[in-house]
Amino acid sequence: MAQCNNPIIEVNGLAKRVPTQGGELTLLQDIHFSILPGEAVAITGASGSGKSTLLGILAGLDIPSDGEVRISGRDLFALDEDGRALLRRDAIGFVFQAFQLLPNLTALENVMLPLELGDRHDAREQAAEILARVGLAARLTHYPRHLSGGEQQRVAIARAFVTRPRLLFADEPTGNLDSATGRRIIELLFEINREQGATLLMVTHDASLAERCSRALHLDAGRLT
Amino acid sequence: MKGLRFALRMLRRDWQAGELRLLCMALVVAVASVTAVSFFTDRINQALELQAGELLGGDLKVTATRPISAAVRQLAREAGLAQAEVVEFPSMVMSDDAARLASIKAVSPAYPLRGGIHITKRSPAPPHAAQDMPQAGEVWLEPRLLRHLGLEIGDEVTLGNARLHITAALVNEPARASGTLFTLAPRLLLSLADLPATGLVQPASRVTYSLLLSGPADRIRAFRRAAEEVLASGARITGPEGARPEIRSALERGGRFLGLAALVSVMLAGIAIAMAARRFAGRRLDDCAIMRCFGASQREIVTAYFLELLFLAIFASLLGCLAGYLAQLGLVGLLGSLVALELPAPSFFPVVAGMLTGLVTVLGFALPALLHIGRVPALRVLRRELGALPAYSLSIYGAGIIAFGLLVVWQTGDWAMSAYALSGVVGVLLSLAGIAAMLIYLLRVWQHRVPRSWRFGVMSLTHRAGGNSIQVAAFGVGMTVLLLLTMVRVDLLASWENTLPPDTPNRFLINIQGDQVEELHRRFQAAGIGGAGIFPMVRGRLVAINGAPVAPDSYRDERAQRLVAREFNLSWAAQLQVDNEITAGSWWDEGKGGDGLSVEEGLARTLGIHLGDRLDFEVAGSIFSGQVSSLRKVAWDSFRVNFFVIAAPGILDGYPANHISSLYIPPGKAEDFSAIVRDYPNVTVIDVAAIMDYVRVVMERIVLAVDYVFVFTLLSGLLVLFATIQATLDERIRENAIMRTLGAGRAQLVRALLVEFAAVGLLAGLVASGAATLLGMVLGARVFHLPYALDPVMILLGTLAGGVGVCIAGYLGTRRVLDRPPLQTLMERA
Ligand SMILES: Nc1ncnc2c1ncn2[C@@H]1O[C@H](COP(=O)(O)OP(=O)(O)OP(=O)(O)O)[C@@H](O)[C@H]1O
Ligand SMILES: [Mg+2]
Repeated sequence: MAQCNNPIIEVNGLAKRVPTQGGELTLLQDIHFSILPGEAVAITGASGSGKSTLLGILAGLDIPSDGEVRISGRDLFALDEDGRALLRRDAIGFVFQAFQLLPNLTALENVMLPLELGDRHDAREQAAEILARVGLAARLTHYPRHLSGGEQQRVAIARAFVTRPRLLFADEPTGNLDSATGRRIIELLFEINREQGATLLMVTHDASLAERCSRALHLDAGRLT
Repeated sequence: MKGLRFALRMLRRDWQAGELRLLCMALVVAVASVTAVSFFTDRINQALELQAGELLGGDLKVTATRPISAAVRQLAREAGLAQAEVVEFPSMVMSDDAARLASIKAVSPAYPLRGGIHITKRSPAPPHAAQDMPQAGEVWLEPRLLRHLGLEIGDEVTLGNARLHITAALVNEPARASGTLFTLAPRLLLSLADLPATGLVQPASRVTYSLLLSGPADRIRAFRRAAEEVLASGARITGPEGARPEIRSALERGGRFLGLAALVSVMLAGIAIAMAARRFAGRRLDDCAIMRCFGASQREIVTAYFLELLFLAIFASLLGCLAGYLAQLGLVGLLGSLVALELPAPSFFPVVAGMLTGLVTVLGFALPALLHIGRVPALRVLRRELGALPAYSLSIYGAGIIAFGLLVVWQTGDWAMSAYALSGVVGVLLSLAGIAAMLIYLLRVWQHRVPRSWRFGVMSLTHRAGGNSIQVAAFGVGMTVLLLLTMVRVDLLASWENTLPPDTPNRFLINIQGDQVEELHRRFQAAGIGGAGIFPMVRGRLVAINGAPVAPDSYRDERAQRLVAREFNLSWAAQLQVDNEITAGSWWDEGKGGDGLSVEEGLARTLGIHLGDRLDFEVAGSIFSGQVSSLRKVAWDSFRVNFFVIAAPGILDGYPANHISSLYIPPGKAEDFSAIVRDYPNVTVIDVAAIMDYVRVVMERIVLAVDYVFVFTLLSGLLVLFATIQATLDERIRENAIMRTLGAGRAQLVRALLVEFAAVGLLAGLVASGAATLLGMVLGARVFHLPYALDPVMILLGTLAGGVGVCIAGYLGTRRVLDRPPLQTLMERA
């Protein structure tokens, strides 16, 4: 694990407000923190405290009302939407609570997708290899609806890691799974993360899971505490 | 009551949410297409019914090819009926420097017994009803005839041997609406008293005699019964129900065809409705599961949605009727001049028809999906996968096809024809969908070979094979009919004209008298107009074969019945015409014909005439007899004069004859030709080019009207396109959000969408132009008997048009997929 002193994520004065019928609602405010390469950081907090909103903004999937986010020193929101997409493609992997696989694509095609988006020629081989790594070598041509929840999440993990991202975001990756399956998925996630040396940022409710990370950021009603 | 209010509230909410707009639009298009045709035919029907007496000119009409017999007149007199006499025939009408073919009508002063004739005595003055008929020495001409001849009211005109004074312009004549496209030759009306002086009615001329009658209904009925007994063969009686037969038969066939064409739109709209309803139901599954959780009964839920749908159907159908009424005006604009009737306002019947169509369509195509949601289990609240709708189930489309079948039966009133039409439409749809599915499957196999940047679009296409095949088929049907019509109009007409050799006769001369033949022949040769064969012609009716009498009812075949009922033309000749060919027996040698007859082989087959048979014809009241010594094959489409029966020279001498000729007049000789024929006022010239132009004009009008109705088909095809796009919209929004998190750029996503829709459109275009070409070839071979060549340009253009069209529609329909922040979408689903 290469340690380096320049933070991979830097967040300054981040705020997110949304207009609602009853006036403006503040989802996040006054968020400052930075994360160094190779760290594994947990984001915890009560339901509705803004964890998913924060993760979405860090990944450039949503736009903050105030403040800045720097990924490896580059201002994320100085880029346009396509610029952010390009950054995600090259540097960021994602695992969601609801798996978010494309239902019309097979397991293999789902995993190939980020590579093909990046115009990689060895997409098929790479995807097959990592699916074998997560234990799904026999399920390449299966569609998501024929896979169990745990298997779907493994496909999602394979898809997140197949591009060898520097950053991996996971939003309650075990939230839809039973605890035994959840534990196995988490093991897998940490293992591959270690192998690839990525920086991990994970939203979780699970205190024991948070303890396995190098540190935790706790959100309370949109503020870091 | 509570249910009603609840349903209305739901309707308002769903309408505002935009959920039902597509369903509503599809219904409006379906109802509009049906009512447009229905309003139009209804108005013509009403016109025929209300004005039947005027259109006939009386209550009853006796028609014959010879003067009406004294027996019939006597019966009419005894019944105390009013009588008017009419004699009609075509002839040339001449001014000092022009000659025109006209339809001559000589009438007795009592004409017409019902209705009136509108004339103007001074050119710009408004027309008024004529008090009397033309007096002796007077004629009335249709304005178009005046124009052609360069004459005005007050001038004189030559008709046969007579010179007559023009005292009025004939503006409207209900019995044969003036200026209609159904009537090639314009009208000239004169007094019956002047007819002998014209010298145009000779024993062998083609003349129709009519006797119009009017009186109380019971006496008319009694007369009709009595007259039918004494009617000579070749004569017939027509009541008001038979007025304007050309419009009636056109209305019957054309109306039915347009009605079926409108039903194609209903079918496609039905598919769009089924898809929209399925999506609507799919999005209501959760609501329903929750309502069930809180104790709503299956019946309450179904009732609520049923009522909501019913309200929508009523509203949309009313809107459709309104649209149909407006569209009908377009049809009147296109076809009104063909019928030239005073069209009354439409009745209420088309509205009823439209409402019924709307309700049946909605019930058939939308209800199954909604019934399904009534059965959603409450447990779905916990387990979302329960009670999901089947994608393309038989129950959803089966009910629709049955409903559609009922509509077709209702429209045609004919089970066999309905079965044909229904299986035709469903068959074309299924085969288009099948071909599309096959092509998509091929693409799927090859998709990893397509250029990288196109791949996402192609994958998107192949992964939604089911929906996309239906899209291709539905849009393709709309395109097929339009392409087919374009082809029939442009190509078939052109290819027929191309099959005619350049020296094909372009003028017919009829009514040439025997003593003019030599002289005319000489003068034509002197003017360098060659090849003018002038043939004698005697009109006769076949009365016996080998001594056994023949009558129309001795044949089952309709054509045979017609041939026996009327007179046909006999001729005589020493030499066989060049384009005739003997197929049995032999042509007679010079001077050795005896009483031989040569019969056209088609006629022989139809009437059961064989070589060696003795045939008896009634010619001008006496019997003429001969023996069949040869059968001939004739090229009927050569535009040359040909005869069914040719006798050996000599045996027809002494029977009243008349001569006929066809010749080719090159453009440079037209003046010389006109100068010659002007010296023979009794000779009638028929200009083939004018007839062809006329046929073309009528055809184009009709094709345009059919096109017009099929625009609805294209519209409903487009609605199916939008419905399938909507059906996959939620899925696409989610997919796009995921793709964006994986790093796809906007350009990549737009390209994928465009590639997918372009592919759908190109497929639809390709399949449609292929189907249209195939149908065109079948039609060409079977119906028009013309070779129809494959037209690669049309296939290419059709394919491209489909590609561009669907691309634009697809992009417009899915654009907002691209504009949503991905996080929001993903969180909605989590
Ligand atoms: N577009 C929006 N409009 C209005 N409110 C929003 C919007 N997006 C999020 N919220 C609200 O912001 C708050 C934070 O949401 P967020 O999903 O980030 O919470 P969370 O910490 O991830 O919760 P959980 O643990 O339940 O997933 C919630 O109260 C949510 O309702
Ligand atoms: Mg969350």
